[in-house]
Amino acid sequence: MSEFALTNKEFFRALETGDLIGSKCLDCGEVSIPQREICPVCFSQKTEIESFSGKGELVAYTVISVPPVKMAQAGYDGKNPYCVGIVGLDEGPRISAQILDMDLAHPESIKIGTELQMTTIQREEDGTQNTYLAFKPV
Amino acid sequence: MSKSKWSRGVAIVGAGMSKFGAFPDKTSRDLVVEAFKDLNKNMDKPLDPKKIEAFYLGNFSSDQFEKQAHFAPILASWLGLSPISAIRVEDACASGAVAIRQAALAIASGEYDVVLVGGLEKMTDLHISEVTEALGTAADTQFEIPAGFTFPGFYAAMATAYMHEYDADRNSFFDVAIKNHKNGALNDKAQFDQTIEQIREAKKARAVKKGRPEPTWKTDLEFLQDPKGNPNIAWPMTLFDCSPVSDGAAMTLLVSEDLAKAFSDSPIYLIGSGQASDGALPERETLTGIPAAEKAGQQAYEMAGLTADDIDLAEVHDCFTIAEIMASEDLGFFPRGEGWKAAMEGKTARDGEHPINTSGGLKAKGHPVGASGVAQVVEVWKQLHGIAGERQLPKAPKIGLTHNVGGSGQTCVVNIYERRD
Repeated sequence: MSEFALTNKEFFRALETGDLIGSKCLDCGEVSIPQREICPVCFSQKTEIESFSGKGELVAYTVISVPPVKMAQAGYDGKNPYCVGIVGLDEGPRISAQILDMDLAHPESIKIGTELQMTTIQREEDGTQNTYLAFKPV
Repeated sequence: MSKSKWSRGVAIVGAGMSKFGAFPDKTSRDLVVEAFKDLNKNMDKPLDPKKIEAFYLGNFSSDQFEKQAHFAPILASWLGLSPISAIRVEDACASGAVAIRQAALAIASGEYDVVLVGGLEKMTDLHISEVTEALGTAADTQFEIPAGFTFPGFYAAMATAYMHEYDADRNSFFDVAIKNHKNGALNDKAQFDQTIEQIREAKKARAVKKGRPEPTWKTDLEFLQDPKGNPNIAWPMTLFDCSPVSDGAAMTLLVSEDLAKAFSDSPIYLIGSGQASDGALPERETLTGIPAAEKAGQQAYEMAGLTADDIDLAEVHDCFTIAEIMASEDLGFFPRGEGWKAAMEGKTARDGEHPINTSGGLKAKGHPVGASGVAQVVEVWKQLHGIAGERQLPKAPKIGLTHNVGGSGQTCVVNIYERRD
């Protein structure tokens, strides 16, 4: 039994301890991230928490110069852009995350297919530190 | 062969819109009145408002933009239409077309004969960061926005996947912007009344006037490729790849097919309609197209008994330049991976084989999000009636298609309209 429940907020509780969790359908074997109580493929209501390895590759990305309010609070702007992308995880599903350690001055040099490893990033928002999912090159 | 399951047909007997732009001195009520007056002006028979039985309003978020929820009955009352049924419909940037489709379904069911559809958004009263925040609520605010995504970011990510998959030239995105600004410059309702060339020359003149060195841009592409002229928003989406923040309203009147001639000598008919949904970007089967758009398009084609080659013009949801290229493939105008080449070869221009966004599209006409899906019908109405002025298509178009997307593709509505002689 995993220490994490299937309810939504558990995904973020897991992140705080550096764990990446999703779910596995006990009927058809479909793996999902974030975790689902109802399998999106076969509608089974029998699923359990699945631990992800945190390994994957970059599938799509962008380098953002005009950030939303919270990213601006965390210090990002046109002079300090950031990369966000979609990561194809080794287990199959994809997830959105900030991508660290990329050459932000040359976005065209960022390679789709780059092997990535999960990490977390702390961002300060409204005076509090929050933990977010991120990936960096292996 | 048409395969409509609707109990009866639906016709459009008029369409109109306010000017799109930034109007600090106007409120939503002013814009809705302006659109309603334009609808009346575009109808060939006078409209008796007492005949209107229901009002559907496509509006994404007046609660965030104007701190006004529950807007449909207020606006119905403002037009003197109380106590008819008044409903606000929300599916992000697809709200307008969803409102049209819901109104059409209500007529097809037999519940109503005459329905007014409005689309509205008043976005420019907020600071740009608040607008970005408000638009962000159309995405998955738990798993996408905290990652750092913005709307330009979603489409930019799809653009990188598209460029990688098809080895596409980034300049093809700029060609979409150049074409849509050319069309928009011929549309007196458009937010931007200038071509990219005119914008470029104006910027050069401004630099000289301010005593700065004159930029050396000789072509539109040189200008668009220079971050000093065209800054990055979310690479590879630059400022000129993005539709603007806009205020505006649009209106159209739908009636049952059997009543159409009582309202207009030249109605157009809604002969195909489809709608589909999807999850957030990482959940999609592909990132190089919008699956919900392809599915909605297939439904609409099947209902109408038509294929992509039967479409004379399409107003597609070009919230970003890459979105128009993907739409041109999702709707079947070009094979997968060929849309970017078609854009570069001028195949989507007014004189091309598949004219797209003759109105200027969201890119140049403006994108008051809830109004966009309804304003697309205004262009179809004008083109099918041969009253689109300088941007009129030469070959007397008969079939027009609209493609309206919500979010990064979580909702898509495709409608097909026909002129019958």
